Parts: sequence; structure tokens; C-alpha cells
Amino acid sequence: MERVLFGDNQFFGVNHMSEEKARAQSMKFQDVEAIIHVLDAAYDEGIRVFMCTTHERISDICDHVRNNRGRYENFQFYPCMPYAYKYANAVTDYGMIGALKRFLPEDGAIGAILKGGMSVAKKDLQGLAELLIDAEMKMFDGLRTPIIFLQNVVTDLLLGLGFHEAFRIFAEHVKNRYKAEPAFITMNLPRLLDVLDALAIENPIVCANINKIGFRMCGGIAAYEKAIATRRFRPIAMSVFASGAIPAKEALEYVCKQTNIRSIVFGASSRGNIRQTKQLIDQLTRSS
Amino acid sequence: MIRVALIGLGKMGISHHAIINTHPDAELVAVCDTTAYVLDVLNKYTGVRCYTDYLALLDEEKPDAVLIATPSRLHGKMVKAALDRNMHVFCEKPFGLDPVEGRALAGIAEQKRLVTQVGYHYRFVASFQEMKRLLAAGVLGQIHHIRSEVYGSVVLRPQSATWRTRKEEGGGCLYDYASHAVDLVNYLVGAPDAVGGTALNKLFSRDVEDEVYSTFYYNNGMTAQVAANWSDDSYRKITAKVTVWGTRGRITGDRQELQIYLSDNGDLLHGLNKGWTIRYSTELAKEVWFYLRGEEYSAQIDHFLKCVKAGCGENISPFASAVRTDDVLAMMLEDSMSTRAAGRAPAIAKPVPGATEGLLRRIFPRR
Repeated sequence: MERVLFGDNQFFGVNHMSEEKARAQSMKFQDVEAIIHVLDAAYDEGIRVFMCTTHERISDICDHVRNNRGRYENFQFYPCMPYAYKYANAVTDYGMIGALKRFLPEDGAIGAILKGGMSVAKKDLQGLAELLIDAEMKMFDGLRTPIIFLQNVVTDLLLGLGFHEAFRIFAEHVKNRYKAEPAFITMNLPRLLDVLDALAIENPIVCANINKIGFRMCGGIAAYEKAIATRRFRPIAMSVFASGAIPAKEALEYVCKQTNIRSIVFGASSRGNIRQTKQLIDQLTRSS
Repeated sequence: MIRVALIGLGKMGISHHAIINTHPDAELVAVCDTTAYVLDVLNKYTGVRCYTDYLALLDEEKPDAVLIATPSRLHGKMVKAALDRNMHVFCEKPFGLDPVEGRALAGIAEQKRLVTQVGYHYRFVASFQEMKRLLAAGVLGQIHHIRSEVYGSVVLRPQSATWRTRKEEGGGCLYDYASHAVDLVNYLVGAPDAVGGTALNKLFSRDVEDEVYSTFYYNNGMTAQVAANWSDDSYRKITAKVTVWGTRGRITGDRQELQIYLSDNGDLLHGLNKGWTIRYSTELAKEVWFYLRGEEYSAQIDHFLKCVKAGCGENISPFASAVRTDDVLAMMLEDSMSTRAAGRAPAIAKPVPGATEGLLRRIFPRR
């Protein structure tokens, strides 16, 4: 696993502190060229991983990387699926079953459609889930995706419902079909770890908010610190700056001194910020 | 343990399901929906008991509390059935389509001392709670205007397949979106005495309005403007924004932050500068035991369960206040029709007891 991962919230108008800032960013990154420019800066600063949602605009980035393999020799994607709004909007327009059918593959695979139809009819969750995962992964064809994440909205919904079988289905399919490591994003770290343990998903990769002020760390900052220190899993810290509420150095010191944290994901829009953050993480990692 | 049952497994129902399921003081005893497919999958993979008949669920499971998240048209009879069985009720918004019926239900609940709540989740957003606290403390001086806006991208093309775009089911931007904007006004500064200039415009929907605009009048001279549009593709998700102007400054708030501007010397007591003070959700948000789509969705369920546990208590969003919101929606509906019928600038619609109700009864005959 890479130590420093580059996130994508800033490209798609997600900011937990300010709607205005979010809108300004989504204007700035309206063109895919602007996104690629920032990704190039991150890559040149030594960041090898782009951890991104399966937003439809990411497929343009995928095309660009495929078409310029020489430039991005060591570039890896860590896809995070699904991009939930895509499904939520489709459910509004086409109803629940109609939406599912829209996201199942069409081209060249009549068998797949039939399988989809059968899955819907037989309540065969596994068949259906596998088709949906494949549909999300299509844009990454031929690219390196060594780790594949389940997004927090879905992880936490399944966690709350007690729909634990779905985690196993996701993990198995990602391993078998993509030879990748399954990973989970959550806002409820201690609770999710209990469930993954019970499912015997060993030493799981789990990405969660880990920040000094306890922002969106459900179960409490103390429970998070204890889990990180004592439980067998591979933590990835996100929201380490709590959307800018914590000064950079202080924020990264807090994360880096917890030596069990494997990786840190952050987003930035300028080369200066990327360089500063990457250097700080490297420096604090060496000294801890 | 509070034994809770859930009726309706649509978008909101599924989310409530996950939230109740994880609450330390609640046990989700059963769920009810008419979509057999959803029930079968849930039952097969989570083991939750499932019903297709809500009366059978209420009679067989005898829950302490019921959560209703069905299309709005069905709220009235389901709430009544639960109250008749002495069960506490959390109902999704809008409470009802008929304020007369809503008022009667609120009366029954009060008589029986049952806890009631309606799912106006913006009342549980930390920044709006802070805004209310500051307004109540008088930091803005005399409040003279409030603007409440809700935008989102629900209906972006002519055909849409859910009850939310069917008038007879209680769909439409007025009930689905504008209700939030109206309820926020009621929550922050109280309900208006009259409404005027209401426009309900269709953009894509055949059956219902897609945007709503209205002006509210208060007897003390204060005014408010409400805007709602669920066909704005530039919004990724539902977004509410409120600005309040007073003689000493203004406050603008959304889910993420409060921007406060005070003239004079600020307000030291409340930590507010002269000029701008910004408060972010990262400092205002209160931790919840389980997070799904925003702290407020968990916080409102927690509040309901706490009220049940305490045996009543002050509720932040009870039936009584939701009926006031339904009243204002009814006034807006009536005002919009008089505006259109007259084809000219309307007279201000005042709530004449009985008149609104008679009109509503014609539009939504009791079923």
C-alpha cells in the first residue's frame, strides 16, 4: 500500500465546510484538463495513487492515462464505488428495479442481461451485485486498480441494516475477478471492524475520518485511537484536516504519530499545497 | 428497550431502518412495505420480520413507537391507527395534506400524552440550531426580513416514475421541497400571518409544480420570502439556505456554515465580532452514535427516542408545529390559485378559518 494517496473531493464540488468553496472548486474543475493538470502535479511530486469515486467524469481521466502510458508508468487507481448520486437520481427517474436494469451491462453481453434479469427475479443478490460492480469497474479496463473500495454511504447503509452478507460478496468478487484487495470506507469505524471480524475478512483495509478534532468519527475519537492501536486492520486516514479546520502541521502530526495508520488520503487543488502536504507527511513519517 | 416498527421502505424508510437498527435504546421489531421484492431481500439477508399490511403489523407486534415513511397521502390514516393503539409516532414530512385532519391527530396525541415528531430534519442541523439560538438571544436586533431557499435536482426531465411527482399521492415541489423552506421559517421566526404573490410553476412535471415562490407577511411588519426549485441541475443534492436580516446585521446559514455580520460592536456575550464571524459545521456538529448521510438524520431519531424514553418532554418538531407548516402550505396553495384565476397581482391571502379547509377538501377529498 502506498503511504500517500490523492483524493478527488475537490474536483467534484465536495467540501464539508463551505458550499461557496465547493461551488468555486466545481467551476474550476469543470474541464477535465484542469483535473489532469493537478493530477500531473501530484504525480510529479511522487504521489502514485489516485483514490477516486466512480463518477462518470473519471472515465475521461482513465482514457487519458490509457492513452499516455509512458507518462503514467507507475500510476494506480484506487476506485471507490459506487458514485451514489448516480443511483439515487436514477431511482427517482426510473424506480428501483428500473434503475438497477439501467446500470447492468448492455453491450455485447446478452448473457449478462439475462443473468441480470434472472438475478432480479430470483433475489439473487450475489449475481446482481457482481454485475453492478463490473459495470462500475468498466471504465478502469486495462488500468492498475490494486485496491477497490466500497463507498461509505453504501458501507454504512449495509452496516446499519445488518446486511453483512453484502460485504462478503463484495470482497470475494473484487478478489476473484479483479485480483484486487477489497477495502471499505466508513464513518463508523469501530462498529464496522466488529462486523468484518465476524465475517472473517482478515486484516481489512478500512478508510475512515481520522482527525485531531474528532470530526465525523462515530463512536468517538478515543474508540478510534484504541482500535487503531490494538486491532488488526490496515487503516487509511481521510479528512485529516477536517476540511481545513485544523492547521496542516498539527493535523498531520496527530495522524503520523499513530504508527499503525498505513496511508493518508488528501485532496488539494494547487501544486504548492500538494508539495507541502506530501513533504510534511514524508518528514513526519520518517521521524515517528 | 423501545420497540419500534417502521412502515414504508422507500428512500427515507431504508435510511431510517439503518439508523434505528443501530440505536442502543431501540429494537426494530418489524417493517412494512407493499413492494414484495424489497421485503424478500431484506428478510432473506437481515432476518427482519416483514409485513405488507400495516394494521396486522401494529396488532401483532404491538410496538411502543411507529415510524411512518410512506407517500404523504397515506400519513393520516396510518398515524391515526398508531395513535388509536397508544403508540408514539414519528411521521415523515409533510405531516399531512389536510391541516384539519392533522390538527385532529395532534389533538388525539396530546390528549393521550404520546410523543409525536415529524421528519423536518433541518431542525436538527447544527448550524440552523445555532442560528435559532442567536436569533432568540436577539443578536440581530429587530428582525425585519428572512429568506428561505431550498434547491435540488429531483426532476430534470419530463417523465419520472415515483409518487413524488404525482399530485394525488401528495407529491410536488410544494410538499416535498418548499415544506422544508417553510418549516425553517416557522422554526426560526414563527409562522406568518398571511401570504401573497405565490407562484407554483411547472417546468417538467405534467401533474405537479417544480418551483415555488411566495412572500410571507407578519402582523409586526416583518416579511419573509420562500423559494424552492427541485429542477435545478446545478445542485448535487438538496440544499437549504436561510438569510435573516435585522437592524443590527444579518446571518446567512446552510448545512455547512453560518456567516454572521454584525454592525456596532458585535456581540461579545455570544463571541461575535464586529463585522464578520464564520462558524463552520466542523465545530458546530454534534457527534452521533451512527452516521449515515448527515448527523441530522441520526439526531432527529435520537431526539424522538429520548422523548419516548423520558415519557413526553418538549419535542423540537412535534405534530403541532408540523400542522402550522401544513397551514402555511395550504395558504400558499390557495393564494397561488387566486393569483392565477385573477390574472393580476393578488390580494394578500389571510387565513380565514374554514375557507382554506373547504378548498383543500375539494382538492384532496377525504379517502
